[in-house]
Amino acid sequence: MPRLPDLQAAFSAALTDPDAAVPEGVTAPRGGRADKRFAVYRNNVTVSLVGALEDTFPAIARLLGDEYFTALAREYVRAKRPSSPFLAEYGEDFGDFLDAFPPLAGYPYLGDVARLEHAWLSAYHAADAAPLDPARLTAISESDVGDVRFTLHPALRMVQSRWPILQLFEANRTGEGKPPADLSSGGESVLVTRPVLDVTLSRLAPGASYFLNALAEGSTLGAAAGKAFENASEFDLAQALQAALAAGAFADIRMPD
Amino acid sequence: MSNKTLTAAIVAGAVATAVASVAAPGSASAAAKEKCYGVSLAGQNDCAAGPGTSCAGTSSIDYQGNAWTLVPQGTCASIELPDGRVGSLEPLDRDLPEG
Amino acid sequence: MSEKNTRYRKIEIPARAGVGLKAQHYRDVLEGAPDIGFFEIHAENYMGAGGPPHAYLSAIREFYPLSLHGVGLSIGSHGALDKDHLARLKAIESRYEPGLFSEHLAWSTHDTAYYNDLLPVPYDRETLARVCDHIDEVQDTLGRRMLLENPSTYVAFEQSTMSELDFLREIVRRTGCGLLLDVNNVYVSAVNHETSPEDYLDSFPVEHVGEIHLGGHAPDIDDEGRPLLIDAHDRAVDNAVWGLYDRLLQRAGALPTLIEWDNDVPQWAVLAGEAAAAERMLAGVAQGTTVHAATA
Repeated sequence: MPRLPDLQAAFSAALTDPDAAVPEGVTAPRGGRADKRFAVYRNNVTVSLVGALEDTFPAIARLLGDEYFTALAREYVRAKRPSSPFLAEYGEDFGDFLDAFPPLAGYPYLGDVARLEHAWLSAYHAADAAPLDPARLTAISESDVGDVRFTLHPALRMVQSRWPILQLFEANRTGEGKPPADLSSGGESVLVTRPVLDVTLSRLAPGASYFLNALAEGSTLGAAAGKAFENASEFDLAQALQAALAAGAFADIRMPD
Repeated sequence: MSNKTLTAAIVAGAVATAVASVAAPGSASAAAKEKCYGVSLAGQNDCAAGPGTSCAGTSSIDYQGNAWTLVPQGTCASIELPDGRVGSLEPLDRDLPEG
Repeated sequence: MSEKNTRYRKIEIPARAGVGLKAQHYRDVLEGAPDIGFFEIHAENYMGAGGPPHAYLSAIREFYPLSLHGVGLSIGSHGALDKDHLARLKAIESRYEPGLFSEHLAWSTHDTAYYNDLLPVPYDRETLARVCDHIDEVQDTLGRRMLLENPSTYVAFEQSTMSELDFLREIVRRTGCGLLLDVNNVYVSAVNHETSPEDYLDSFPVEHVGEIHLGGHAPDIDDEGRPLLIDAHDRAVDNAVWGLYDRLLQRAGALPTLIEWDNDVPQWAVLAGEAAAAERMLAGVAQGTTVHAATA
């Protein structure tokens, strides 16, 4: 008779392996066959986790079609179980899984779309914070404002791609009648924020991701703007700052010491 | 503009321009009571058997659909890659994994 | 957000009908202010740091008693409880001060992998010791008594040496926890194991019960063509379960009673109708005959 650790090891291994036999000692009433009874648990695990992925990645499901998505999600579930009962975190590396799944090599944009969908859910559950009131910046003297540092909003996420992932996201997730994305239109870097309670996506202008990443790492406003110019000569500081403020990208500012 | 440090005046001017054209974001407090915010059902836990587990064949999961052999039929089928390819219209020619 | 600093007065869960709170019904509840005894949430659905789930729950918590129901703690695991999960549970408990906390006699995690289902445990001495250790840890962490829910199961274990009822009685004796009696689970398990649900209910230690659950199940058949009921929570409470509930109330008196409906979630009015049906039966039970222990 298996002891509890052995029983649970065998039971759990068989849950995601459809070819595994019913674990030793698992029975129907009066010792009858329990294949179908055990399959209820096996089904619950796979169906519920596939469903969780479908809920988290609706654009991927629409891009691939339901039949393909379900089959793909099963592969993922067999490869990766959630590491926590907080299922909103499940599928964090689904984008990497898509990138590495050989049959989908002809769809190289899927991984980035999946990362954007997961960023959306991550922002949805992120900590609350009031967005920075832009008026606080006007109270700072001209000589000091370049030395201000920013605390980014806890819901801020950025996903950069060489594919038009915001178009792909919107056409496959929010808009029924939207035309398919034009992949030749170039890459998009997307800013994900949640200024109040609704998750908001916006396209980052050239250089803006360098700017926000530098601020996230603790650079001053002036230094972050310089970093953005270095990497993207068309960077427009006023425009980038205005877009970030409007999107609720910041939670707070810290004055120079 | 090159990679030189920006002057304080340029930064301050940009800040003034940015702030002048942006409204203060709304406050989250009590917002849920006032407006219909989108609610995501993703990642919800239940203490029940998954939907369809009993009707969809409890004897075994339907493993007919195999992502290694199927061809995607969703909207990606109509999206052209810049080099003219339209996804990979043929299933992958390779041995199937076990199971 | 301001709700973080709100201190809720802990409200005892009344001996009325409550409803499992679903995100689909946030607006119905806030706008319609239905006369519902309490709402119950799944702790795991509020384990994010913020955002709409907490905004809505905070608003609803201002007007209703709240019961906290865990679905992922894996109390029946041989392995140690997930400390991060326990910490998040404690955070929710401290934030919302629910009237009671309950979890399942089941496991769902093995070697850090979470299986998202309530898996059955064998009823033997070894499992009993693990379950009691875990309940002690939960109760110590939360600083309160918890209720343990009887499971619905589809298989049995050759190694079981105790009945489910004896197993539950012994857990209560060793840990001082209370019990959550899920009447639908009683019926599902009784049909699946070809035992009598009436006998089970009549022997249940109702003096330790702090809450009742009612939910719907889906019919199926097993390998031998015999009835197999699935605890699907995808439909109205079955008439057989209502009958058992009535039988239980006659013996135990009025107790907080939850309507659970997790899949194919219906319009709010349908759930409210189920709660009203339970409330009518509760009203028919003389309050003075209540014998259950307090849940605090």
